[in-house]
Amino acid sequence: MSADATLSFEEAMEKYDPVLGFEVHVELNTKTKMFSSAPNVFGDEPNTNVNEVDLGMPGVLPVVNKTAIESSIKIGLALNCKIAESCRFARKNYFYPDTPKNFQTSQYDEPIAYDGYLDIELSDGTIFRVEIERAHMEEDAGKLTHMGGATGRIQGADFSLVDYNRAGVPLVEIVTKPIQGAGSRAPELAKAYVAAVREIVKNLGVSDAKMERGNVRCDANVSLRPHGRERFGIRSETKNVNSLRAVEHAVHYEIRRHAAVLDSGEPVVQETRHWHEDTRTTTSGRAKSDADDYRYFPEPDLVPVVPSREWVEELRATLPEPPAARRKRLQADWGYSDLEFRDVVNAGVMDEIQETIAAGASASVARKWWMGEIVGRAKNADVDPGQLGVQPATIVELAKLVEDGKINNKMATEVLDGVLAGEGTPAEIVEKRGLAVVSDDGPLLEAIDAALAAQPDVADKIRGGKVQAIGAIVGGVMKATRGQADAGRVRELILAKLGVEG
Amino acid sequence: MTETNSTQLIRLSAAQLAEKLAAREITSVEVVQAHLDRIAAVDGGERGVNAFLHVNTEEALAVAAEVDAIRAAGGAAAEELHELAGVPIAVKDLIVTIGQPTTAGSKILEGWHSPYDATVVKRLRDAKMPILGKTNLDEFAMGSSTEHSAYGPTRNPWDLDRIPGGSGGGSAAAVAAFEAPLALGTDTGGSIRQPGAVTGTVGVKPTYGSVSRYGAIAMASSLDQIGPVTRTVLDSALLHEVIGGHDPFDSTSLPDPLEDLVAAARLGNVEGMRIGIIKELHGEGYQAGVENRFNDSLELLRQAGAEIVEVSCPNFQYALGAYYLIMPSEASSNLAKFDGVRYGLRVLPEDGPMTIERVMGATRAAGFGDEVKRRIILGTYALSAGYYDAYYGSAQKVRTLVQRDFDAAFTVADVLISPTAPTTAFKLGEKLDDPLAMYLNDVATIPANLAGVPGLSLPGGLADEDGLPVGIQLLAPARQDARLYRVGAVLESLLEVKWGGPLLAQAPSLAASPVVDPAAMLVDAKEAK
Repeated sequence: MSADATLSFEEAMEKYDPVLGFEVHVELNTKTKMFSSAPNVFGDEPNTNVNEVDLGMPGVLPVVNKTAIESSIKIGLALNCKIAESCRFARKNYFYPDTPKNFQTSQYDEPIAYDGYLDIELSDGTIFRVEIERAHMEEDAGKLTHMGGATGRIQGADFSLVDYNRAGVPLVEIVTKPIQGAGSRAPELAKAYVAAVREIVKNLGVSDAKMERGNVRCDANVSLRPHGRERFGIRSETKNVNSLRAVEHAVHYEIRRHAAVLDSGEPVVQETRHWHEDTRTTTSGRAKSDADDYRYFPEPDLVPVVPSREWVEELRATLPEPPAARRKRLQADWGYSDLEFRDVVNAGVMDEIQETIAAGASASVARKWWMGEIVGRAKNADVDPGQLGVQPATIVELAKLVEDGKINNKMATEVLDGVLAGEGTPAEIVEKRGLAVVSDDGPLLEAIDAALAAQPDVADKIRGGKVQAIGAIVGGVMKATRGQADAGRVRELILAKLGVEG
Repeated sequence: MTETNSTQLIRLSAAQLAEKLAAREITSVEVVQAHLDRIAAVDGGERGVNAFLHVNTEEALAVAAEVDAIRAAGGAAAEELHELAGVPIAVKDLIVTIGQPTTAGSKILEGWHSPYDATVVKRLRDAKMPILGKTNLDEFAMGSSTEHSAYGPTRNPWDLDRIPGGSGGGSAAAVAAFEAPLALGTDTGGSIRQPGAVTGTVGVKPTYGSVSRYGAIAMASSLDQIGPVTRTVLDSALLHEVIGGHDPFDSTSLPDPLEDLVAAARLGNVEGMRIGIIKELHGEGYQAGVENRFNDSLELLRQAGAEIVEVSCPNFQYALGAYYLIMPSEASSNLAKFDGVRYGLRVLPEDGPMTIERVMGATRAAGFGDEVKRRIILGTYALSAGYYDAYYGSAQKVRTLVQRDFDAAFTVADVLISPTAPTTAFKLGEKLDDPLAMYLNDVATIPANLAGVPGLSLPGGLADEDGLPVGIQLLAPARQDARLYRVGAVLESLLEVKWGGPLLAQAPSLAASPVVDPAAMLVDAKEAK
């Protein structure tokens, strides 16, 4: 497949105005499925969390999960939506083996929540309002694994395996109105929007909100139009962009690709696109046209969902604080400066820091580890920081080891690498790698003497009161001890030796 | 009842059997065996009734033996037995059962065994009613003659060259031929009542939502309803109480407690009741003999103290058209799951690429019969983008109008009455090539399904021109099923007097069966009154 032509992002922005739209699917963490009593659990043996309803056996009927409705209403309220007084499910008919009934039970023209908005804070603190068209309930499909082909797609596969554990898992699909006016901040806004939705559903407790498990999945719609034109261009829909970074990159890429297509004078093809994390590009999926006919009609096996106003107000009263208020509170609790806190938010590790603090770390230690160590590693690995797999308890343990003087900071980062490589707990890695601060001052004093002898001019400067010059001597000692010394202790010993107050 | 033999046992109603079982005059094993013998004698062979697709001999006898043992042991367990414990029943093969195949009359489910029981089947098991087997039907309940079964047509016990009605021809014929005292049917547009009419049996379509649909293979979800098929009105009430009532597995199931239907059937009083003749549901298009028997019933009810009024339901003329849009639309979606992927038949394409679409296509092409395909195509078309409003949307509007017609009619009448079907049983093959003529059989039964109201058909005598049974239909407002039993019981007893006993006593005894003494039967019937 030849790569699509692209313009540079800057050139694309010069010529065109991007319009975005998102469909974010949120998997609810209810105990049971949307329409059956089978468990809603991720990661079990294939086809074990299924019953006759999930398999679409003859004669079965759906029954709506009340908790799923409650969760959907909470999501709707958190997105500032109106909640329908009465709404129905519909059948979306299409033949595909991941859908056991060959129709998906989904809300169609009667969503449970509609007409909302979400205020998104961008990295410089400006607020961008994203209008929400609707949030509706539906069931997830099973998972197909295509075997034998080169691409992992159904085309060219020898056979396909299907796991119906996911079939019938409750989903809420959140659909935005067309998002205009983002300009060159479109990729950033895309990421911030999905992050905000994820944050909301996580704080509501209605979803596990793990993007790597597909709990939150994003379809990103992009179209371009020449500056000043009202009418939208033809859009593409990039499916299943399942990390925050990928959302940003996919929008970025699609803007560049659309710009090149428009520049060439060709029309953009309305189609779905597949996102490729490895190349950070999209490829053409299925052409989407008016010929797609899902023959929607109201689901006759279900009665309308009629949430009473009292119930809706009860649920509204239980909503957690809105994200903006929560941020204000957390920043105050943690004592971070505005800049520090904004960096934390932009790096997408606010929840992780909160969990780390909850696990017993101080606010400064949590920030130091996440911002100083983990964010950089995630960037190198090209994943979201939360996806790297660092547990809050690991950080607490590392911090404790440093605090107790068992290892120094340099060793601690080495231990973290060991944890990420799956070598065990921090304590085990310290043991295995023989990492321990040299605590006997004897060898240290020898090394200090040697370092002072090697740099007599520096020693004189320190004696003369220029204590900041001590770094050179400490560095020499650390080098000589292959980093195993406690730098703090080394400093104390040097100062004592030279008779200088620290 | 020392003289009891199997010939007499099969002629007893369920109420009579229940009484004799409770009094320990007979055993359930004897009753079940008598019916199994009858099935063996009349159901198979080239000229057999062919009411059963599967006979559940072992399990039925085991349940019967269990009931007998409990009764013999006495004590609390015997006291707690359900009134109908030990009374056997046949189940339409559209209703899923553990331990027996369920085919829906289709090749596409040949050999499939359900891993779960329908709610109504669970309730039969809870009542310890032995299940004799599964009865024949038009494929996926699509038809009015049982000729669309993939397993051969069922024959009408009154005339083996005629149809037993449909889609529940198997259940109706089994009951009419004394192969089972009771059966379950399903009624989407008349599939319980119309077979009841042409076989001289009683059939009830309960209020939509009053009997759980969980485990009835759906044809048209908003119209389907499970109901009793019996030989007497009281038996239908007894069975209705076993299967009815709320079911959390069916979202459309009504929360209301069931009315006391058996008491209504035993009460049987029509004095002062207003019974409405539906102007649009008799006269032109109805066979003369059907019309005559209908008029007899009106006269009898009048004599019994009912006030006969006439009502007009002008929108009923559009009901058949609306039905043939709504039913196939829902069916086209309900039947999509039969694709060869998870269960049932799988047919691989003979040549060309082996894609999932082609496997599904080959399976459905081979597995479905013509009538099923016809309705899937109709429904798929009616739901298509651009046609939805004109077809499905308009049909739903007609449905609302039909409901309003009923609402208006029930302000002037407590119960409505009409012939159940326009004609008596026609010959096998007679209408097979003319779907429209076939569809017209349900013209009088369909309005009740569209409106969700309950309907009961009972035998109204024999038509003058052909000597075949005529059905009389009673209709009541939703959730007022008790009225059907109350009026039905009166009409039944008056008609029995007029016809000198139960109508089925006049049916041919069927070649293979032992000769029955009708006098002995009449004595039994009177004893039960």
